[in-house]
Amino acid sequence: MSNQYKLVTCTINGKERSAMVDVRASLTDMLRNDYGLTSVKKGCEVGECGACAVIIDGECFNSCIYLAIWADGKNITTLEGLTHPDGTLSDIQQAFVDESAIQCGFCSPGFMIEAESFLQKGKIYTDDELRKLLSGHLCRCTGYENILRAVKKVMHKRAAESV
Amino acid sequence: MYDVEAIYEAKTVEEAIKLRQEHPKAVIIAGGSDVLIKIREGKLAGCELISIYGIDSIRGIRMEDDGTLRIGSLTSFSHITRNELIQKYINVLGEAVDKVGGPQIRAIGTIGGNTCNGVTSADSASTLMAWEAIIELTGPNGVRRVPIEKFYLGAGKVDIQPGEIQTGVLITKDSYENCKGHYIKYGMRNAMEIATTGCSVNVRLSPDKKVVERLRIGYGVAAPVPIRAHKTEAAFNGASVSMETANGIAKTVLEDVNPRDSWRASKSMRLHLCSVMAKRAFIEAVKLSGGEI
Repeated sequence: MSNQYKLVTCTINGKERSAMVDVRASLTDMLRNDYGLTSVKKGCEVGECGACAVIIDGECFNSCIYLAIWADGKNITTLEGLTHPDGTLSDIQQAFVDESAIQCGFCSPGFMIEAESFLQKGKIYTDDELRKLLSGHLCRCTGYENILRAVKKVMHKRAAESV
Repeated sequence: MYDVEAIYEAKTVEEAIKLRQEHPKAVIIAGGSDVLIKIREGKLAGCELISIYGIDSIRGIRMEDDGTLRIGSLTSFSHITRNELIQKYINVLGEAVDKVGGPQIRAIGTIGGNTCNGVTSADSASTLMAWEAIIELTGPNGVRRVPIEKFYLGAGKVDIQPGEIQTGVLITKDSYENCKGHYIKYGMRNAMEIATTGCSVNVRLSPDKKVVERLRIGYGVAAPVPIRAHKTEAAFNGASVSMETANGIAKTVLEDVNPRDSWRASKSMRLHLCSVMAKRAFIEAVKLSGGEI
C-alpha cells in the first residue's frame, strides 16, 4: 500500500504528545515504538491476554486491538505513568513486590494498570468481583492468588486512607 | 502493524455513507475486537477498512419521545451494563453483555459490531431477539428499520445494504414495559469464553402474577443464527405460572431449536442445554417479575 500517516495528538501519562503515526499501527505499536513505553507488552496481540492494557479516558483497554489513530484526543495512562516522578513505586507496584505477585513479570503491567483503573473509584469489592475485574488478564506463573492479594491490599489501604 | 490496505475514517454518519459508496469492498470497523482479530489471523488480511469508531453521534443510550429505548450502535458493552435506562427497563441486556470476553473486551466491543458480524454466539443476540429489537440502518436512501429476526440472513450474513451502516438498536415501549428477563450463558469457563449455548427468556405476567401473558425466548448457538422459540412461545402464552409450565417449556423448545455438532459441544449436549436453560431462565424471569413458582 502507499504509506498512509496520520498526526495523532493525545495526552500520555499527563503530557500532551504528538506523532505522525502509520495508520496500520496498533496503540501498542505507537506507545512502544514512538514513545518507548515498554511496560505495554506485546503478548497475544489478539486481545486475549491483557499484557498490553492501558487506561484510556478512565477505562482499561487492550491496546493491541485498538488502532493508534483512535487515540487522537484521548487521555492515556500506561504503567510508567503510575510510578512517581522521583522513581519510587506507586502503591500498586509496591504491593505486587511485597506480595510476590510477580514471577516472570510479563503480565504484571497489565494487571497493575487494570487494578489502577478500578481502584480509582475508591470502592470496596468482594473477592468474586475482583476476580471478575481481573479476568481479562492471563498469568502463567503465579496462579493468581498473590495478584489478588496484592490488589486487595491496595484496595483496603486506599479505603483506610480516604476515611 | 495490521495488514490493511488503507483505512478511511468517518466522523459522522454522512461521511461513513459516502465512504461506503466510494469503497464498496471496504470492511466496516467499529470497536475492532472481531475485525482486527480476523486481520491478524489472515482471514481479512490486506483489506480496506472504514473506521466508524469516531462517530460519537451513534454512541450512547437514550429514551425517545415515544418511549423507545435507543442504543447507539457504537455503545460499548461496559457502557450498556452501567447505563441506568438499561438497568431499569431491560436489565437482562446489561447482564448478558457483561458476559462477553473480559473487562477490556467489554470496553471496546460494541452492540452494533456484535449484531453486524452475524454470529450466532453473540452474547447480546439472544436477548435482542427475545426483546424483538429493531435494527436501524442508515444509508444513501435514508433510514431503514429491520426487525432483528429479519436482520440475520444466515451464518455471518446480515441485512446491510451497500452504502449503509447500522446506526442504532431500538427496543420499543411495548416490548420492555412490565417485562423482566434472564439470560444464561453456558461456557467452559467464566471469562474470555464464547457461549456454547446462550438462552434469554423474558415474561410479562398478569397483574395478579398468576398467568404468563407473554413469553419470549431467544437462543444463541441453537441454530446457524440467533433464533426465537416461536412454537414454544405460542404454546405457553396465557399459561399458568407454574412448574408444569416451566417443564412444558423445557420440552417444547426442542421443537424450535436446531443446534449442530461442533468442537465446542455436541448436538445432543446443546439440545440438553437448550432445554435446561429455557426452564431455568423462565423460572428466574418469573421471580424477577414478582411471580412465585
